Amino acid sequence: MNIKHILAAVAALAVAGGAIAAGADLGQAQKQATNWTAIAMFGIFVAGTLWITKWAASKTKSAADFYTAGGGITGFQNGLAIAGDYMSAASFLGISGLVFANGFDGLIFSIGWLVGWPVITFLMAERLRNLGKFTFADVASYRFAQTPVRIFAASASLVIVAFYMIAQMVGAGQLIKILFGMEYIYAEILVGVVMLAYVLFGGMTATTWVQIIKAVMLLGGATFMALAVLFQFGFSPEALFVKATEIHAKKDAIMGPGALIKDPISAISVGMALMFGTAGLPHILMRFFTVPNAKEARKSVAWATTWIGYFYILTFIIGFGAITNLIANPAEYYVGGEIAKGLKGGGNMAAVHLANAVGGNLFLGFISAVAFATILAVVAGLTLSGASAVSHDLYASVFAKGCSSEAELRVSKMATIALGILAIGLGIAFEKENVAYMVMLAFTIACSSNFPVLFMSVLWRNCTTKGAVVGGFVGLILAAVLTIGSASVWEAVMGNPKGSAWFPYNSAAIFSMTAAFVTIWLVSILDNSEQAKKERALYPAQQLRSETGLGAAGASGH
Amino acid sequence: MQDVLDRITKNPKFHEFVAMRNRYSMIMAIISAAAYYGFILLVAYNKEFLAQKLGAGMTTSVGVPLGVGVIVFTIILTWVYVRRANGEFDETNARIIAEAQK
Repeated sequence: MNIKHILAAVAALAVAGGAIAAGADLGQAQKQATNWTAIAMFGIFVAGTLWITKWAASKTKSAADFYTAGGGITGFQNGLAIAGDYMSAASFLGISGLVFANGFDGLIFSIGWLVGWPVITFLMAERLRNLGKFTFADVASYRFAQTPVRIFAASASLVIVAFYMIAQMVGAGQLIKILFGMEYIYAEILVGVVMLAYVLFGGMTATTWVQIIKAVMLLGGATFMALAVLFQFGFSPEALFVKATEIHAKKDAIMGPGALIKDPISAISVGMALMFGTAGLPHILMRFFTVPNAKEARKSVAWATTWIGYFYILTFIIGFGAITNLIANPAEYYVGGEIAKGLKGGGNMAAVHLANAVGGNLFLGFISAVAFATILAVVAGLTLSGASAVSHDLYASVFAKGCSSEAELRVSKMATIALGILAIGLGIAFEKENVAYMVMLAFTIACSSNFPVLFMSVLWRNCTTKGAVVGGFVGLILAAVLTIGSASVWEAVMGNPKGSAWFPYNSAAIFSMTAAFVTIWLVSILDNSEQAKKERALYPAQQLRSETGLGAAGASGH
Repeated sequence: MQDVLDRITKNPKFHEFVAMRNRYSMIMAIISAAAYYGFILLVAYNKEFLAQKLGAGMTTSVGVPLGVGVIVFTIILTWVYVRRANGEFDETNARIIAEAQK
């Protein structure tokens, strides 16, 4: 083993270790040559989706249309849209890049991102649909004092949206440099402006259709790549693995687990964040209100799980296909034609280069456009959920109780514009920052604040307003503070010396989520106020609605 | 409407049904969590097992079908639940509501 191999191995280890803490980060990127095919393909996507937005705008008249597309989306459509929300550019490029660098470890990583879905299916989907109207706070505050619960829900949602959004906006800026060969700043403005057009004019209808189109394009493109790779090996995975282990620097080690899991506590903690965090992400939860009833809500998660699982199997094949196709041709895909210098554009470009290898320049353009469109669609979903937290939870339920649907709609549009400007600003401000930890932080906060509050308010009779609000805030703050103390922020972002991080694990979830549940329980049982008695007395009525669907908000219909 | 709700609340069948369905969804959630954590604990404690070859002279390791299996299992589990909930459970639910409306 020469020094180059050792360096490459160390770099790959760092990627793997960072990735599980990070949620596949896109990192800093070098600007590549301008790719006009990709830009043209992306232009067609934007034109098509804006045309759909124009149609959606004619249907978006009330607050219900804006938040939930009038509740008229089918389970199958919504399943695709949820999958679209979840299959981000980071998961497509990051996971296939991880498989390319480490093989099997990429599969371990992707499985973690799937496990949240059964939890939502079995425990949350129909109850959310039966109790909620526009936001998950409708569900959490169903029998509680509106003001404190709404303020908590809106704060947690906005914090989660902000971290998730920064990661997406910075990712967009890095991607535009390598995919289109354009400047970082163009990505911020482009994503900000086009996303605003979707959300502002087309509301949830446009946002949902943009997600569906993107999901179909991404699944279609990834299917084509995986089939092309398998075709090269006569549809024998074994033959693919034989060739890959022969050609990869790590040889047979890519077929087994590597350094992805450092210690069991971190592994379990990351698993908890992914498993329960998904059920606390506001932009995912709001999708359950776009379908007409609980039946369709259940169908949507089943379809979403199917598409996401299928997609992760594809990325595994794509990663191995990248090994066999790209390493065999260093002159074309590696910096200076030397493997030791790494892939052109960085390790996350594996899938993009493979697109060129199996489908030529036109397909490369298509995949680049899809990867960028992915970010655009996810940012639109995030913005809509952030805007509904402001307009529905804060404005219409706290500050201007009983305001008209028109007034609420007006505020939600103002909030959308403000969030759009904020997204562009944050994207520019964080250009040079290390944002690798932010998606994982969003999941950790979601599983420690929104999820426990939702779970306990819906399923535990004795839960009270005080318990939910105090416990939710404890989880939120603890998740943030402990994450700051972990190596991925304390050392990698704040520049403290190596080994000085005072929180020894990759993920805070196991502690912050437990703390949230314990606090909700403790504060609730100690709460003997009149209000608490009233809230407990309301539980049977809530249970009746959440279990039977009687009285659930119906589709507004058109 | 209120007396319909009261009649459902007083109907022991309703509470039995809710308890049964909750038990079922909890069991399903535990199975899916067990499959995931079982796999993760294998990764943490028994890397050799996952890296082991499927057969003599083969390159494919045990971990590949196992990992893909966890994904497929998760999808199947989700559909099993949704089919039962959308069929049998919804029918029972509708019956209980209809009974209360008589």
